[in-house]
Amino acid sequence: MSTPTRRRLMRDFKRLEQDPPTGVSGCPNPDNIMLWEAVIFGPEDTPFEDGIFKLRLTFDETYPNKPPNVRFSSRMFHPNVYASGELCLDILQNRWSPTYDVASILTSIQSLLHDPNPNSPANSEAAQLYRENRKEYLRRVAETVEESWV
Amino acid sequence: MENPGLFTAIHRPGDKSPSQVDFVVRTPADLVRIQRQEAAEICNVFGMSMAHATMMLRTMRWNREKLIERYIDDAERVLRDAGIADIETDAARPTVLPLRHQLCEICFSNEPNVPMYALACDHAFCVECYNEYLSHKIQDEGLSARIQCPGTRCPNVVDEPSVEMLAHPVDYVKFQRLLLRSFVDENQVMKWCPAPGCEYAVECHTPQSALDSTVPTVKCRCGHEFCFGCGYANHQPCICNLTQLWLRKCMDDSETSTWISVNTKECSRCRSIIEKNGGCNHMTCRKCSYEFCWVCMGPWAEHGRTWYHCNRYGEQSSQAARDSQEKSRSSLKRYLHYYNRYANHEQSARLDHQLYLKTEKRMESMQQKSDLSWIEVQFLRDAVDTLVECRMTLKWTYALAFYLEPGNLTTLFEDNQCDLEMATEQLSGLLERPLERKSIPALRQQILDKTAYVASRRQILLDDTAEGLADGRWRFNMSLIN
Repeated sequence: MSTPTRRRLMRDFKRLEQDPPTGVSGCPNPDNIMLWEAVIFGPEDTPFEDGIFKLRLTFDETYPNKPPNVRFSSRMFHPNVYASGELCLDILQNRWSPTYDVASILTSIQSLLHDPNPNSPANSEAAQLYRENRKEYLRRVAETVEESWV
Repeated sequence: MENPGLFTAIHRPGDKSPSQVDFVVRTPADLVRIQRQEAAEICNVFGMSMAHATMMLRTMRWNREKLIERYIDDAERVLRDAGIADIETDAARPTVLPLRHQLCEICFSNEPNVPMYALACDHAFCVECYNEYLSHKIQDEGLSARIQCPGTRCPNVVDEPSVEMLAHPVDYVKFQRLLLRSFVDENQVMKWCPAPGCEYAVECHTPQSALDSTVPTVKCRCGHEFCFGCGYANHQPCICNLTQLWLRKCMDDSETSTWISVNTKECSRCRSIIEKNGGCNHMTCRKCSYEFCWVCMGPWAEHGRTWYHCNRYGEQSSQAARDSQEKSRSSLKRYLHYYNRYANHEQSARLDHQLYLKTEKRMESMQQKSDLSWIEVQFLRDAVDTLVECRMTLKWTYALAFYLEPGNLTTLFEDNQCDLEMATEQLSGLLERPLERKSIPALRQQILDKTAYVASRRQILLDDTAEGLADGRWRFNMSLIN
C-alpha cells in the first residue's frame, strides 16, 4: 500500500543508503516500513566513543507532520535520555518540522551525545554527575559503552 | 417621575457608585470589528498590508502605542518577532507558484507540474503538503497566530491570507475561531465570560495592579456576574487575593478540620492529633509515649490510685494542659465561625433555583387570591433577585472578615454585615409567609419596603468596603504579597 507517509519513508531510506551521514545507520523492518532499527556509533572524542547504540523508530501515518517515536534499545547513561530509552530532544517535540527526515533525526541524536544539556535533565543522576563529578560520570558512561558491544 | 421611591433612588442609572467599575460587553462580531480597526490604524500609520499589521499587533499583545514606538525604534526586530520575512510582499493576495520549480522538502516527490507555494522566505512546498501541515497544526496542536513556515528552523509565520488559500475550509474556520480566542486571551483589557456556552467577552480597563484595592465586578449580557480580575464568580466585597486564599483554605480543611475538632484531642506534649476509638481514659501517645488522662488532659502519673475515674478536672496541671490545647483550637474555632456562615449562605444560594420556582407559583396564586395584576406581582421576583444578591455579598463578607485585623473599622464592618444579615433573613422570612387573601396588600407593602431596605444596606456595605479598599483603610491580619 502506498501512502504519502510510506513513499516518504522509502525516500528517507534511499537517501540514507546513497548519502549516509558518518556514524549513523538505519533501515526499516523488512516487512514493516513503519518500524525502523537504527544504530548510532559513539562519536569520537566523547565518553561514548566506541559504543554501538541501538535505537528503534516507530512511525505512523502522521509522519512527516509529526515526529516518530524514537527510543534507545541499548541502555544509556546520558542526562537527556530517560530510563525507558526515550529522549528529551527539542526536534522530537515542539521544534519538529516536517522537513526533517530519518538521517537528520539520527545526526541530531548523535550531536546530543556530544553536547548533553544538563539543564533539562531526563536522567537527573546523570545530569548531576555530569555537572559535579565528571570522573564518576565518565565511568558510568564507559559501563554502557561496554554493554553496547554485547 | 412623580414619586421616585427609595428603590429607584438606589439604582441610579449611569451614576457610578464606588463599588462599580466601567465595562462593555463585546460580541464576537464586535471583536472582529475591533481587530480590524486596530489593524487599520497601523496600516494608516505605516502603509503596510492588513495581514502584516495584524501579525505585528499580535506580538505586541494588541498594544498599539507600544507597537508604533517599537516599530519606529527598530522595525527589523519587530518584523522578525512577528515572523514576517518581507514587508513589501502583498500578503493580501497570496499566489500559488505555477509549477514545481524546486523539490518539496516534505514529500520529496519529483512528480512534475505540481502546484507549490512559498512565503516570502522562498521555502516552497507542494500545496497539498502545505494543506496537510496546516491541518495538523490547527486541528492537532491548536495553533493559529504562530504557525511557522514548515522549512527547517524557519521563523516566518504563515499569514492569514495564505492559510485561507491553502487550508481546508473546515480547518480555516477553526483557525479563525482560534485567532479570535487568542485576541481576547492576549488582550489585557478583555476577558471571555466564563459562563458555560457564553460567547461574549467583556472589556474592562481596571489594571491587574489595582486588584488589591478594587473588586472589578462585571456582568455579561448572558446574566453571569464575575470578577474581571480573576474570572471567579462575583465575590464582592472580598478582593481577589483573599478570595483565592479563602477558597484554597476551604478546599484544604473545612470538612477535615470540622471532623478533627469534634472527634480528636491533641497530645499535651507533642501536639499529635489523637482519636480515641476505645479503651480506658489512660492514654499513651504513640509518638512521644506521653501518658495522660483523656478526660482532664493532665499527666496520668498524678492520677495516683484513682485509675479509670478522673476527678481532677480543676487541678492546676491538667488546667494548664487544657489551656494550651484551647489556644491551638481557638484559631480553628475562629476559622470555623467564619466558614460556617460562609457555607450557610453558599448553601442557601444553591437552593436559589427552587426558590425561583416557588416564587413563580406564589406569583400565580397571589394573582388568583387578590385583585393584583401580573405586573403588580412582579415585586416578588425583584425581592428574590435582591435576596440572592444579598446572600452572595454576605457570603463573601465572611471571607473578608476572616482576614480583617480586629479594630474599630472592623467592628463597623461587622455591624454593617450584621444589619444586612438580619434584614436579609427577615426578607427571606417574609417571602416564606403563607398567602392569605386579607393580608396580601399588607404583605406586599412589607416585602417592598424590606427589599428596598436590604438593597440599600447591601449597597452601603459594598460602597463602604470599596472606599476603604481604595483608601487603603483596611488592615489585614496577613500580608497580601503572595
